[in-house]
Amino acid sequence: MADKENVIDQGGLPASEVSKSTGPGAVKGQRFHPLLELTTMRVREFLREKEAVFWVFIFPVLMTFALGIAFRNTGPDKTPVAIEAATTDARVSEIAGVLGQSPEINAMVMSPDEAARALRSGKVSIVVKPGNDSFDYRFDPTRPESRAARLMVDDVLQRGKGRADVVSVGEEKITEPGARYVDFLVPGLIGMNLMGSGLWGLGFTVVIARARKLLKRFAATPMRRSHYLLSFMLSRLIFLLLEVVAVVVFAWLAFGFTVRGSWFSLVLITILGGFTFSGIGMLVAARPTTIEGVSGLMNFIMLPMWLLSGTFFSSERFPQVFQPFIQALPLTALNNVLRSVMNEGATLTSNWIPISIMLAWCVVSFIIALKIFRWQ
Amino acid sequence: MSNNRRVALRCSGLVKRFTDVTAVNQLDLEVFSGECFGLLGPNGAGKTTTVEIFEGLTKPDEGAVELLGQTWTNGGDRALRERIGVQLQETQLAEKVTVVETLRMFRSFYQRGHDVEDVIHTVALEEKRNARVGKLSGGQKQRLAVACALVSDPEVLFLDEPTTGLDPQARLSLWDIVDRFRSGGGTILLTTHYMEEATRLCDRVAIMDHGKVIALGTPAELIESLGADQIVEFSTTQPLEDDVLTNLPAVSNLHRRGETYALTVSEIGVALPALLGEIKRQQSELVTLTTHQATLEDVFVSLTGRMLRDG
Repeated sequence: MADKENVIDQGGLPASEVSKSTGPGAVKGQRFHPLLELTTMRVREFLREKEAVFWVFIFPVLMTFALGIAFRNTGPDKTPVAIEAATTDARVSEIAGVLGQSPEINAMVMSPDEAARALRSGKVSIVVKPGNDSFDYRFDPTRPESRAARLMVDDVLQRGKGRADVVSVGEEKITEPGARYVDFLVPGLIGMNLMGSGLWGLGFTVVIARARKLLKRFAATPMRRSHYLLSFMLSRLIFLLLEVVAVVVFAWLAFGFTVRGSWFSLVLITILGGFTFSGIGMLVAARPTTIEGVSGLMNFIMLPMWLLSGTFFSSERFPQVFQPFIQALPLTALNNVLRSVMNEGATLTSNWIPISIMLAWCVVSFIIALKIFRWQ
Repeated sequence: MSNNRRVALRCSGLVKRFTDVTAVNQLDLEVFSGECFGLLGPNGAGKTTTVEIFEGLTKPDEGAVELLGQTWTNGGDRALRERIGVQLQETQLAEKVTVVETLRMFRSFYQRGHDVEDVIHTVALEEKRNARVGKLSGGQKQRLAVACALVSDPEVLFLDEPTTGLDPQARLSLWDIVDRFRSGGGTILLTTHYMEEATRLCDRVAIMDHGKVIALGTPAELIESLGADQIVEFSTTQPLEDDVLTNLPAVSNLHRRGETYALTVSEIGVALPALLGEIKRQQSELVTLTTHQATLEDVFVSLTGRMLRDG
């Protein structure tokens, strides 16, 4: 104790001899494990970066809210149909009468010009033109709602002319959670968010540290390099579960979203997803020395996945030739597993293919990243 | 001082080439345990490259480095890194974390070392203990950088231009820290392009230029080697004849930079009247005249014909 007082009085460092003389086993300066310190540092730096907190936690919730509202399931709108009439005509009012009786059709009488414009702008799905004992349908067959309108209008008009059903059919109408757009959307948003926070969070931090020569400074200490890289994974682990919980809880409160599969599977797949994109983030950040450089690389990697990997709409919509490529993307794999677990209640074992794809991305990127990582 | 001294750092035949320049060119040096050794030279002399080779951060193309009896290898250097403290010229520490958090992290990398609070006290950052690094002044940041190097209680401390860009007050406070480390028995290798810093801090100085050591010795020895203790700088209305000036009594050397002449003079009482007489004889007049004690700067000028700050 006297030694210590003395040292402080001098305002100087205790010389090695002094600290040794404090006795055997007197390890001066308590220290935590470097991995713990590094991880805590990551967490601190993240929490003190307000923008980062916004993009990781608030933004996905806002996105869920906005898209959930925009695509909410209300009863299907009445199909808008135009009846083209050059002059007032008995056949026109007859058609209008017949169509008007259907609860699913909103029929409007329009001049040929008006009707053409309404069809072009999508205000009506189909135009019906009465002929002599015939009907002409004008519609765009590439628009699904126009095709549906054609079937519906034709059915109503044919029945009006006396066509009878050959067999009777029973109908059971179901609208249940799990089949709505918001149910499709939430897993996609979680996947996209895991990708974004993995790549941005890791890529930026590493490249900034490299540009500021902090990595070089670390390389001059006995710090284990694997500890540095591992600290990113561990800090991601803390946040990614919170990210997922934020979105899921919000979707549950706002839209009655439910997770059909087990929460355990969801946690596991979230961790795997987080690690996969940390690995890719590490690879992206392994070489660049400037923020511009790493931003370019990250956009190059993320943009195609935003579009192709089925975040906002199913990736099945892309042509068959691209499917092997699209399915091999890590975000497609993650989205598929998330949807299958959250919407369909599937198990992880039934998703072994996309899970293997993610594992491969994770392991391969980490190994390459470690090999080519530039410390200075 | 120099009897049976242990060598803390030795390098021989060190060469490092970059694509367009040979940064270090056949460098041999020995730094003794417990001394403060200075690499003095202008920007681009190869000081930083040399230090980073010593620190095991850069691989030399040729030559060998022996630090504390060890050599840098591929991997397996952690034991050696435990024993050195490093401050890099360009490192900017993370701005969002505080002084004490930064030091705790650095401390955690080392098996043994100082208490973080002691080091904060040593570099006089107690008041800034919980301030974020981004809020520190230049001098405080630099003291923190040195603190990060000291926290492991190193045997050898490497400081690369520790006071560049600092105001005089901040520089003095850093010099204090260096002095205290040295008086505790530590070995220091520092680079600087401030001759007054080298004179003030270093036991021995190697003057570097173009990747080579062009002079080596204690600051006093180096200044003495000029064969003079005074420098007379002057300018005149008319140009003077160079060789006449060199032949003046007590003048050992002449340098000319533009309009200004610099005479290296052993006895100013003899040289100055002779100079004034000569100026009169050549029908010129004095415009400026200053004299000062010879410094390491003058040593550098006499060896290279350039100023340290010219780079």
